Amino acid sequence: MSKSLVVVDGIKKTFPIESGFLGSKKSVKAVNSVSFEIKEGETFSLVGESGCGKSTTGRLVTRLLTPDEGKIWINNEEISKMNENRLREVRKQVQMVFQDPYASLNPRMKIRDVVGEPLIIHTKLSTAEREKLVSEMLEVVGLNSYHADKFAHEFSGGQRQRIGIARALILKPKLIVADEPVSALDVSIQSQILNLLKDLQEEFHLTYLFISHDLSVVEHISDKIGVMYLGSLVESGTKESIFANPQHPYTKALLSSVPIPDPRAKRERIILQGDVPSPVNPPSGCSFHTRCPYKMDICTKTSPPLRESAESDHFVACHL
Amino acid sequence: MSENIIEVKHLQTQFTRDNKKTVVLDKVSFHIKKGEVLGLVGESGCGKSVTSLSIMRLFKDTTGEITNGEITYNGTNILNISESEMRGIRGKEIAMIFQEPMTSLNPVMKIGEQLMESIRLHLGYSDKQAREHAISMLTKVGIPRPQEIINEYPHQLSGGMRQRIMIAMAMSCQPNLLIADEPTTALDVTIQAQILDVMKQLQADEHMSMLLITHDLGVVAEMCNRVVVMYAGRVVEEASVLDLFDDPKHPYTKGLIGSVPKLGQKRSRLDSVPGNVPNPNQMPKGCKFAPRCKDVMPVCWEEEPAITTTGPERFCRCWLYREESRDAHV
Repeated sequence: MSKSLVVVDGIKKTFPIESGFLGSKKSVKAVNSVSFEIKEGETFSLVGESGCGKSTTGRLVTRLLTPDEGKIWINNEEISKMNENRLREVRKQVQMVFQDPYASLNPRMKIRDVVGEPLIIHTKLSTAEREKLVSEMLEVVGLNSYHADKFAHEFSGGQRQRIGIARALILKPKLIVADEPVSALDVSIQSQILNLLKDLQEEFHLTYLFISHDLSVVEHISDKIGVMYLGSLVESGTKESIFANPQHPYTKALLSSVPIPDPRAKRERIILQGDVPSPVNPPSGCSFHTRCPYKMDICTKTSPPLRESAESDHFVACHL
Repeated sequence: MSENIIEVKHLQTQFTRDNKKTVVLDKVSFHIKKGEVLGLVGESGCGKSVTSLSIMRLFKDTTGEITNGEITYNGTNILNISESEMRGIRGKEIAMIFQEPMTSLNPVMKIGEQLMESIRLHLGYSDKQAREHAISMLTKVGIPRPQEIINEYPHQLSGGMRQRIMIAMAMSCQPNLLIADEPTTALDVTIQAQILDVMKQLQADEHMSMLLITHDLGVVAEMCNRVVVMYAGRVVEEASVLDLFDDPKHPYTKGLIGSVPKLGQKRSRLDSVPGNVPNPNQMPKGCKFAPRCKDVMPVCWEEEPAITTTGPERFCRCWLYREESRDAHV
């Protein structure tokens, strides 16, 4: 049994928004009591639809945002209240890959500097040593060392995402938080990047927190999955148990909504009514009750806690 | 050929930039039968959307122009008719839904006004009739409380609701052909399922023909009868949806289908197509897919293959099939 690299316990994050003529204060509960663990060498994926809080959770784990409540341990160090100086040490082990390969690379920096910048910040290597590492890393992610002298705009989307991955890997981190790393890419390129991420995980024994809205991608890459809805984790478990035996009505509907690229596939589709409610004004009780086909009285009143279901390691937050 | 609602033949469209002409579509030929859903698939920049804009002749204020080919709709070549005649077809007989429902609705116009505009114009209804028709269309696409919604503005609605409004608008004049350009790409999966459901229902009820443009093979498998695969501005394969997924012929189609992770299927690695889509200004000389193709042969670099028949109602643009092929698409 490998040990847990990441432990997240009951984190909450609320963003204030101002609205109304007199600037009356309102807030968005982006993440509401989310807890999970990621074991070393595993891929844990957060899935859910836009606005469900999956990206905010990713940013809390990397401490790009500070949680309002709750605790986060990375490699047995509690980081939720850590100051910037000490965080810098932690960040050597935690790196991030972003969704938009166009916006996340500085257009005025050469690739050599983009990929090498973390080394300047975190190490005292000489220029020559740094450049050697950069060249090696570019080869590892499937680019060439001569690419180091180019600028980001000279690359295609898939190549830019490789550059983003090289930058994340250069410090030899333990954990990579990848926020929708393939959703801006065409399918033929997407599969190249997914294969690369899998190969790198094996080679460097990486742990991934993978954030995506695409269930087919998540099924392909994950060991464990957490399903989020409106800021809360509604179900979590191993990939096999979530896909073979989904418990929460939202997970069931989500799985049945994914179009399968096989015209012979026959299945029953659960079509949810209505839209995701606004997180500014979330429904009372279970946040899913406005769209749930199995709504009961209790659902409108109390919010169900995340409980272990019949299978071990499979948690679900539902009154059913 | 009256069973075809539209026939596109040898379509060539180009754009001009800095006095340089770039051919974006070349030798694009396909047809849509009455009551059929034809899928047009391919990756970014393959010319899917330009094809739909060419059919609608929507190149005003751009440098795009159609430089060759015919588009026959109901027996007339719509590339030869005047702009005012085209205006009578656009929106009334051929309607279109765009990808981004926020940017395709006018933000300062009430929903009802936007819907009623084309109803009054094309159907000649009075204000009162148009209003009733608008409300009935909104009900058809599953908008709750349509009487109130028609007095609201687009920003008051969610993405899914806006896309329903777009569908109601496109369907309001009972078009013969609906062109849907990535209608669900901007939406979440549970909302996508709702919208696809509405579109399927309406298409079946009205026996309407549809051109569905998408990059999502899952959506294709679910919605379409036949599929046209495009790559680098060319049609590379055309087949019925079952044939295409059972037995893809073109190496690009094979790569595309292999690179999509499929729910419920365990594979440790995905197939992938190496390399990138070529830049339209620097197209390879022969087959446009040659630089990325697993089965590339010397002839592929020299000459672009013609589109040839590989079976009943199946076409493919690839040198691999030239022996078994009969004469090309006429």
